[in-house]
Amino acid sequence: MTVEWYIVLSSLLFATGAIGILIRRSPMVILLCLELMLNAGNLALVAFSRMVGNGEGQVFAVIVMVVAACEVVVGLGLIVAIFRRRLPLNVDDLRELRG
Amino acid sequence: MEEALFFLAALGALGGAVGVIAMRNPFYSVLFLIAHLFSLAVLFLLLTAAFVAAAQVVVYAGAVMVLYVFVVAYVGGGGESAWEPIPGQRFLAPLLGIALFIELAVAILSSALLALGTEGPDVKPGFGDPAAIGRLLLEKFLLPFEASSILLLLAAVGAIALAARRREVEA
Amino acid sequence: MSATAWAWLVLLFPLLGSVVIALGYRALPQKAAGAIGTLAIGLSFACGVAATVSLLGDETHARHHASSLWDYASAAGLDIELGIFVDPLSIFMVLVVTGVSTLIHLYSFGYMQSDEGYHRFFSYLNFFVFSMLLLVLAGNFVLLTVGWAFVGFASYALISFWYRRETATRAGMKAFVINVVGDIGLVLAAFLIFRELGSFDYGEVFEKAPEVFATNEWTIVAICLLLLVGAFAKSAQLPLHTWLPDAMEGPTPVSALIHAATMVTAGVYLIARTHPLFELAPTAADVAAITGLATLLVAGTMALVMTDLKRAIAYSTMSQIGYMVMGVSIGAYSAGMFHLMTHAFFKALLFMAAGSIIAAMANDQNIDRMSGFGKAMRFTSITFVCGALALAAFPGTSGFFSKDEILAFAGARGGMYAAMMVLGYAGALLTAVYSFRLVFRILPGRPCPEAQELIETGHVAHEAPKNPATGEPEDTDVGFPGSEHHIAERNWPMRAAMAVLAVLALVGGLVQIPGVDHVITNFLEPVFEESALAHIHPSAGTEWLGLAVGAAISLLGIGIAYLFYVAQPGRSRQLETRLRPLHTLFANKWYFDELIDVLVVRPALAIGRFANRVFERVVVDGLVSGTEGTVRGASGVVRGVQSGFVRGYALLLFAGFAGLALYFLLASS
Repeated sequence: MTVEWYIVLSSLLFATGAIGILIRRSPMVILLCLELMLNAGNLALVAFSRMVGNGEGQVFAVIVMVVAACEVVVGLGLIVAIFRRRLPLNVDDLRELRG
Repeated sequence: MEEALFFLAALGALGGAVGVIAMRNPFYSVLFLIAHLFSLAVLFLLLTAAFVAAAQVVVYAGAVMVLYVFVVAYVGGGGESAWEPIPGQRFLAPLLGIALFIELAVAILSSALLALGTEGPDVKPGFGDPAAIGRLLLEKFLLPFEASSILLLLAAVGAIALAARRREVEA
Repeated sequence: MSATAWAWLVLLFPLLGSVVIALGYRALPQKAAGAIGTLAIGLSFACGVAATVSLLGDETHARHHASSLWDYASAAGLDIELGIFVDPLSIFMVLVVTGVSTLIHLYSFGYMQSDEGYHRFFSYLNFFVFSMLLLVLAGNFVLLTVGWAFVGFASYALISFWYRRETATRAGMKAFVINVVGDIGLVLAAFLIFRELGSFDYGEVFEKAPEVFATNEWTIVAICLLLLVGAFAKSAQLPLHTWLPDAMEGPTPVSALIHAATMVTAGVYLIARTHPLFELAPTAADVAAITGLATLLVAGTMALVMTDLKRAIAYSTMSQIGYMVMGVSIGAYSAGMFHLMTHAFFKALLFMAAGSIIAAMANDQNIDRMSGFGKAMRFTSITFVCGALALAAFPGTSGFFSKDEILAFAGARGGMYAAMMVLGYAGALLTAVYSFRLVFRILPGRPCPEAQELIETGHVAHEAPKNPATGEPEDTDVGFPGSEHHIAERNWPMRAAMAVLAVLALVGGLVQIPGVDHVITNFLEPVFEESALAHIHPSAGTEWLGLAVGAAISLLGIGIAYLFYVAQPGRSRQLETRLRPLHTLFANKWYFDELIDVLVVRPALAIGRFANRVFERVVVDGLVSGTEGTVRGASGVVRGVQSGFVRGYALLLFAGFAGLALYFLLASS
């Protein structure tokens, strides 16, 4: 399998994640779609690392995983806080910045 | 052999992704994501990135997803209403996604980067091993390594601050 | 010191006086302000005399000096300086202006004593004198225009001096607007002069004019006609004269100074100064002469039926300036200037005496209510009679010699001008009649109540203050006349000023007795030596004949007045009834105000209304609100994007990214 396949797959996964963010309204699911996009990026990184022949892309992918983990933590904390205040879990309710 | 594995894993990843965005119940979405992550780990293995694959399974699917499962169980999963307040969103979003994919695919397939058409150079047996990654992390990428540990600390503190019970505010 | 140095000092003192009084009005006590004002003009007069002496020290043909302080503009062929021009003509005007002004300041020192705006009065008066001197001493057309405009402003400020009186402010505005019309004429003339001759400076203009223009070429005629517009507006000649009678709303010293002796003579000075141009455009000069003649007669008829004392004297001013304008247009330059000088003396005197009488009448100006002041106010009556004698050209008085010199010159020129001479004598008859009409109405006879009060108790009559024209009640605070009325008999500054002028009015003519001495002609000779017209001299016999005719007419006029107003008082009423339409025409000022209202004021108002209703509302507002509406609509559409939905923004984000990627893909292929 040439590297191309992996990159094309990665872009397909990325687009799927993007569609998910635009369509879904629950913050939970939006976070999940965000994970999808991050993982697609990881796949691309590892594929390029294989293509170049050194391990730097893989290290990058590990760091990305770390960042994703942190972001998940904070995001879930937000969701828990919103739930605790008995507010509906709907991204459309954040409308204060309207013109 | 390799191709078959690749296509299976690819299908798994795609199926998981589609499942994530399509399911009504968030819990099912989480499950689909876990499946997706496993497929991705297989793909990493195919790319001789053993350590990353292991980290993917252990850290991502193992720890992060467990976190997700806990929160979904706590919060509960409600469905979303069918009515879309933003006009045109339901129609435009898939369109844009497809457009994005096509553009990226075109960019990659017609790229002048000739190495994309190969399987990569022959690598030594220790490529992608934990030892190799570890050496890179501690020698060449020490600073990013330390920075990400600080980031993790911040995230932990932030999470506690966000989710801590506040006795006065709580009803 | 040189003549020009003295001339700069002449300009400096009134300006200093005005500024000092204006800045220090809170600190200066009343008497000090008046003293500073009078002293400033007095010093100016002294410097004028010194300049004259210095000038006379020069050789006859070199008696003209230009001096400039700095350059205003020096670019692209334009060269305007702050420059003055000292020659016998300007010095003559300086002496007349400062001399008479000093006396009028002295008069005001006493007359305006109880007015709350005393300091403002003297400041404005000094500023006026400065502006007039600037006008007279200017060495180029630009500075002339500056002085011209300043004088217009000073006139406006002083006419509306009692600013809380609506009639006064309206009169001030009327004067200013008509003066602006004149200013436009002057400025356009200056533009044309610059375009044709390339300079504003007097010396250069007068030198080049005969070379550039042929006689009666339409350009030079246009220039002179525009200059005449300015001159007529300032000197209140037909048809731009309607502001002068209304200008009597100002205090009496103002009427004496500005509207009798100095400002209204600016037009005459202008024509005399630009005589080289007028001699190249005989058509324009004839227009001026005919206008002067017409004004002379028309104003004379109006003065005959006026019942307001100050307005009657104002029309007399208009008429006498008609003589002067006629004089300088036909070439009798020194005669015209001589009449300017004598007129300044006796007209200022008449106004001063009138002021005294009006004060005795508690600010009532209607001569129908005045009589018997001859007994009540001796000094005032004597000076009034002196002024009237000079005005009527009684033999031996100053007015006698000056008026007849103009008419003799007209006769000597012959042709059309001889006809002007005849009409001029007719005007002289009118003058004598109306001036002694005033004398015989006010002075002899049974004292009116106010005069009676003065004789019996010695108190000046005191009534509730009211507007003399409309009868509206007023108070005596700032913006209205003061509470006390000052008559000459009680006030030494007034007496001093009037006495000096009375003497001058009577003997001032002795400097220019035909065949005996020609002081003024000789003095002004260097200015007019290049003029062809100025050298026309009537023969001695013609002159003495003219004098005799003049004397006869004057005595005839006085006799007629005596007949109508003293011997047979009822006859004037009978004549009025019999010639009722004529009387109405004269009393309504020949309907000039109504004519101007129809021709100018109403169309202007209509244009204004059209501009407001149609243009402003439809076009301007439409444009503005139209633009506003369009912008608001467009921004409303754009505002729709800011929905507040995060997912919507995300969509836009991805859309933008997709577009950008597409662009780069296409660009690289």
